[in-house]
Amino acid sequence: MDLLLDAVVIGVLLGCFYAAVSIGLSVSFGLLDVPHVAHPAFLVMASYAVFFLNDRFDIDPLVAGLLITPLLFLFGLAAYRLYYETFERRGSDAAVRGIAFFFGVAFIIEVLIILQFGVDQRSVTASYIGKAWRFGDMRIPLRLVVAFAVASALTILLALYLSKTFMGRAIRAVAQDEEAVRLMGANPVRIKQWAFGVATAVLGVAGALLIIVAPVDPSLDRAYIGRTFCVVVMAGLGSMSGTLIAAIILGVAETIVLTLFGASWAPAISFAMLLGVLAVRPQGLLGRRS
Amino acid sequence: MKRSIIFWIGAVAFLVAVLLMTQIIGNEYPFFAGYVILQFIVLAVAWSILGGYAGYVNFGTSAFFGVGVYTAVLLVQATGAPLAVQIAVAAMVGALLGLGVGLLTLRMQGIFFSIATIALTIVIETSVTNWRYLGGAAGIQLARPPVTPPFHSYVQMLFFVQALLVVLAVAIARYIQNSWIGRGLQALRDDELAAECTGVPTLRLKLLACVISGALMCAAGAPGAMYLQYADPASAFNLNYSVSVLAMSLIGGTAHWVGPVIGAILLGVTQQLLAVTISSEVNVLVLGIMLVLFVIAAPQGLIGLFRKLTHGRAEGKA
Repeated sequence: MDLLLDAVVIGVLLGCFYAAVSIGLSVSFGLLDVPHVAHPAFLVMASYAVFFLNDRFDIDPLVAGLLITPLLFLFGLAAYRLYYETFERRGSDAAVRGIAFFFGVAFIIEVLIILQFGVDQRSVTASYIGKAWRFGDMRIPLRLVVAFAVASALTILLALYLSKTFMGRAIRAVAQDEEAVRLMGANPVRIKQWAFGVATAVLGVAGALLIIVAPVDPSLDRAYIGRTFCVVVMAGLGSMSGTLIAAIILGVAETIVLTLFGASWAPAISFAMLLGVLAVRPQGLLGRRS
Repeated sequence: MKRSIIFWIGAVAFLVAVLLMTQIIGNEYPFFAGYVILQFIVLAVAWSILGGYAGYVNFGTSAFFGVGVYTAVLLVQATGAPLAVQIAVAAMVGALLGLGVGLLTLRMQGIFFSIATIALTIVIETSVTNWRYLGGAAGIQLARPPVTPPFHSYVQMLFFVQALLVVLAVAIARYIQNSWIGRGLQALRDDELAAECTGVPTLRLKLLACVISGALMCAAGAPGAMYLQYADPASAFNLNYSVSVLAMSLIGGTAHWVGPVIGAILLGVTQQLLAVTISSEVNVLVLGIMLVLFVIAAPQGLIGLFRKLTHGRAEGKA
């Protein structure tokens, strides 16, 4: 019983972390309908950038994550522009090739990381990594607490950005009805490009969290395809509060299965849940489309 | 009719040539490398039946391939069934799996289907990893039975068997392309709603494509167990199969069955050369870059480029 309670507590913390790594996808795929299969690859790439800064210049991983955020923003702008010019603008058949494009990009990133950093696991050093808090019998790693705090802040900030600011509302307007936005005299493509930039920029801190929570290796993006898409689809495409709830459900489910059945089943949980959600309730928990 | 005769003469000539090769060439390496290329031709042609004609991007090639490998492993472990039985059962399992995946996901639009197929790959891989009887994560060693005459070695026999599968896959793809099934699939790829409204049974056609494609992929995987004499989940279900096959089909062009064949030969040979001379990482890099370049610059693949050159007009449909 104690073990199960442990699992739930750790699961909630882990879940908030999953929300942080998924929230970018919630914008790019959930709101903008971009089939962004390369999102987890971008995430792992950000983690390696954080590793590089931490390893070479001894910068705190979270600070490093903030440092690369502007670069990621620009990268996101460029990536969307390329995607728009080559696929979205060309129409119908383009969706198929758009998916293939992002899948190809994900593999290219993975191989480039292998060629640069090798296939070994990499981790960062910081004062809060390796310590733990104790509550009675319960032992909570401090790195998870840090990830939880930062992840919650990041998720809430992005949710506020989308609901309170002018640009955030414009992004949601494009998601709701692109044609209407055009009729209001705004340029939907520029709004979407900006949104994609924001969705990619968030990966700076998310990538830092990824490498704080556990060591990363180049093929980690494959596991996170399951986690991020599971969270975003379960949430209901584009729902920010849904993202947080879905991520916590996933986190708790993973830790419970891990405790009861062992680590060898871990990779399948998110994917199995994703399949389940797609089969039973494809519109998600708090879906914007019926 | 005349074209069919030419096609079948070509197919028989190909098989005879392969059979002669196995009798004349003593060195095993050409067969060892050639087998992989033939296997990719089957996979790419099978992928195009759903991915090309119907426009549903399947990332689960590795799931079907791996299930094929492990169906063979299971049969060998349990009953010591011969190769032909392994392939036949694998094809049946693949068809069932295709039906299941199709029922589960084909009501969804493009991207969800693609994501679901990746999910399926990982779920099946994890299940096999946790299945002790099949060797678990560490993999399993298999002993080849004695070779059947007229072949001198088992690899040569597998090479011939895979060549048979190539002919089978191409014949099926060609039949689909020229029949009402292919026309229906193309109609639903262009506009699913319009196709449905004009009376095309879209869901049934997609299911059929998914079943046939799945059966062929599993059949292509089945001899793989005996080819390597070893199977482990991480390599049998490796997503690299998915990206390779996707790249081969799209680079060749999916509007005609010749496209994936050309793509598979071209990339398969390149991969064999790169893997021998440089490294398997560079191999995947080249593959990924070519995939992205073709998807951006030559959406119709090599077939499209060729048609542009010969007709001067880009608008060519099979």
